[in-house]
Amino acid sequence: MTLYFKYMMLLFKSQMQYRASFLLLTLGQCLTPFTVFAGLYFMFDRFGQLQGWDFYEVALCFAVTQMAFSITECFARGFDTFSSLIVSGNFDRLLVRPRSTVVQVFGSRFEFTRIGRLFLSAVVLIWAVTNINVDWTFLKIVALFFMVASGIVIFTSIFILTASISFWTVQGLEIANIFTDGGREMTQYPLNIYQKWVRRFFTFVIPFGCVNYVPLLFILNRDGYQHPVYALTPLAGVLFLIPCLIVWRIGVRHYRSTGS
Amino acid sequence: MIRVQGISKSFLVAKRPSGIRHAVKSLFHREYTTVEALQDISFSIAPGEIVGYIGPNGAGKSTTIKVMSGILVPDRGTCSIMGYTPWLDRVPYVQNIGVVFGQRSQLWWDVPVMDSFELLRDIYKIPPAAYRDTLTLLIDTLDLKDIIHTPVRQLSLGQRMRCEIAASLLHSPSILFLDEPTIGLDAVSKIAVRHFIKTINKEKGVTVILTTHDMNDIEALADRILLIGKGSLLYDGSVQGLRSQFGTRRTITAEYRENAHPLQIPGATLLSWTPDRAILSVDTEQIMMSEAITQLSSQVELLDVTIDTQPIEDIIVQMYKEYQL
Amino acid sequence: MMKPYISVFKLRISNGLQYRAAALAGIGTQFFFGFMFIMIFEAFYAHTSGTPPMTLAEVITYTWLKQAFLAFIVLWFRDDELFQLITSGNIAYELCRPSGIYGLWYVKLLAQRLASAMLRCFPILILVIFLPEPYGLQLPTDFTSFLLFLATLFVGLLMIVSLSMLIYISVFITMSPAGSLLLFSVFGDFFAGLVIPVPLMPNWMQQIVYVLPFHWTADFPFRVFTGNLSKTEALTGLCIQSIWLVGLIAVGKFAMDRALRRIVVQGG
Repeated sequence: MTLYFKYMMLLFKSQMQYRASFLLLTLGQCLTPFTVFAGLYFMFDRFGQLQGWDFYEVALCFAVTQMAFSITECFARGFDTFSSLIVSGNFDRLLVRPRSTVVQVFGSRFEFTRIGRLFLSAVVLIWAVTNINVDWTFLKIVALFFMVASGIVIFTSIFILTASISFWTVQGLEIANIFTDGGREMTQYPLNIYQKWVRRFFTFVIPFGCVNYVPLLFILNRDGYQHPVYALTPLAGVLFLIPCLIVWRIGVRHYRSTGS
Repeated sequence: MIRVQGISKSFLVAKRPSGIRHAVKSLFHREYTTVEALQDISFSIAPGEIVGYIGPNGAGKSTTIKVMSGILVPDRGTCSIMGYTPWLDRVPYVQNIGVVFGQRSQLWWDVPVMDSFELLRDIYKIPPAAYRDTLTLLIDTLDLKDIIHTPVRQLSLGQRMRCEIAASLLHSPSILFLDEPTIGLDAVSKIAVRHFIKTINKEKGVTVILTTHDMNDIEALADRILLIGKGSLLYDGSVQGLRSQFGTRRTITAEYRENAHPLQIPGATLLSWTPDRAILSVDTEQIMMSEAITQLSSQVELLDVTIDTQPIEDIIVQMYKEYQL
Repeated sequence: MMKPYISVFKLRISNGLQYRAAALAGIGTQFFFGFMFIMIFEAFYAHTSGTPPMTLAEVITYTWLKQAFLAFIVLWFRDDELFQLITSGNIAYELCRPSGIYGLWYVKLLAQRLASAMLRCFPILILVIFLPEPYGLQLPTDFTSFLLFLATLFVGLLMIVSLSMLIYISVFITMSPAGSLLLFSVFGDFFAGLVIPVPLMPNWMQQIVYVLPFHWTADFPFRVFTGNLSKTEALTGLCIQSIWLVGLIAVGKFAMDRALRRIVVQGG
């Protein structure tokens, strides 16, 4: 863990070498989800509601997802850009060091500019939390916190999983966007507005449902979801990390037997 | 210390012909060929040796280095280095080795060299006291004092290579792998790097395995060379041995009192001739050197004779030709 | 005269064709995103009380066109080669070439978009025509509107390339490929109707959008296709598009000449 912070400091120092570019990028990162959010706002402006969800409820959903995603991108960017490490051959370098590859890849990149995105999602979150029709209790705040935390774990797992693909091929990695960007876009809205197969996939295969949807229902006090146990469902999402780490290990083994 | 036995490794490589027609074709069908990168390579290296690993591009040098540094798992064969099998005991094993890839950097591009060193200290969990000692030694011998606080991107290639080597030695490894350490360096930097490699080998007893295309590196450093071509080990022995085995030709330059007849010595070919100077190439397998000189002096009145051995570079070129690499 | 442009074009196309896996992955990804957007729109439309300015069927067709022609309409289609050329100073090589640099780059960017679209848009279009109701693509009612669509899409493509040329030229001046460009493209894409179709925006927003050039590149051709715009509107639009195009190219060329002169003066 201390090593991880050392990596972080070093990379922060590197990025600060280009201060103007850094600030502009941060601003840009803030505005990308801003236009998406503006679109969402305009849609509500036009249609009034979304299958029984009102604007602030969806905004909360949006904010939680964006927040989890931006934190993940900030810290797990090394996995997101992992294919370049493979292509340049610099992954070899990691293999001749006496530390686990996962830690080293985590440490290879930090995207501090994502703070812009984080900032925007925090603003939306506060706006939604203060305007939403909810009696906030301690447990509900805990549930909200877990939603973000577990979202981070799931996005990180997906990043690791998609990075593992690069061990076999570095072509066609765009498909992985379905799970990263696609997962983000999708979970900006409550899952029940989608077709059943999509909902199933994003609940049982990639457990976004137990991060975003179920605890949201708990916070909103919807029928059938009032039991406190629903506040803890985000913890189930953490289990998703395990198979992803296994795939990563298989990938490393494959890389070491083909060297490509 | 290092025992490599019967290592083999093959890769599948996709064929990629050029042109639009082939590009469209390869959308649907792609052909693969198997490349035997290493075939049954065996050798062993004793502690404290400096071994030069040479061969033309694509001969399997890097593959061997990758296997020995635990990056790559071979198809067949065993390898035992300091009691470890590199690809099985990766994490404990790599604590004992240092690797420099001459064409890639392990230093962080935008920050001072010192910051990279400190991160490496944490990666390798080097105790503070040991770190301080090693660092002082490295700074002194590599003359890094003035550049250690400069961001890497502002360093010259020679300065950077010195820092790269220092970075791979911070954790005091017993074995150092150098993959083309002098590539692209100017003459002064090359000599500095060579000198340093020699020093740490002598003083700290570090075993050094280096690949290079620069035969001057080999002559300056290596007691022993391994020559690899098309995946097989072709020669394993001393530089001297290589000379006596393959470099059997000597060049004699003779100056003599004017003589109208071209020289004729069996077993030697005349490279150039003027009435007072001749250059001959002698194959010592066909005629002894002393015999050639005797013959020479019987034919002309010698004034001066110089004998040159073949440069190692030429021997290598000749070997590549002989093995059709 | 045209030869260097044609060779640049050819090289780009065959280069793009090399990456079959990338193309397949792109198709899959665009398909998925298309479905997702449609489901979101569907959910909004499900309980609506008033009559929205676009029917759901139109929005669906709009979405599929957007996914299929993505390479034609997004502002931010990065060409790292050009960026490196500019920031590394290797631009000197380009200056040695006998062809005009604006034209050469223009063709390069155009070819890159065409190559990418060729591999991606046809498969997506064919698939979505055969999708069951209500997810399928609805073809235009008559052949004339289809032709009009092609014409407007093509002029739109030329417009987007001249817009992105402005991005590359601005890199000349700032020497930093990030930041400002990101801002430019983020807003550009929004104003082009790529986040939500322009008719669904509030009226005050629409008024801003219609002043800017961006919506001519995507929103306009797509609405010609869906029949949301009439043929007369399409024809007038085509004229306005052309005026914009000429204006953008003129500005681009002027700015490029200025920027180049500065580089020569600096000796960089």
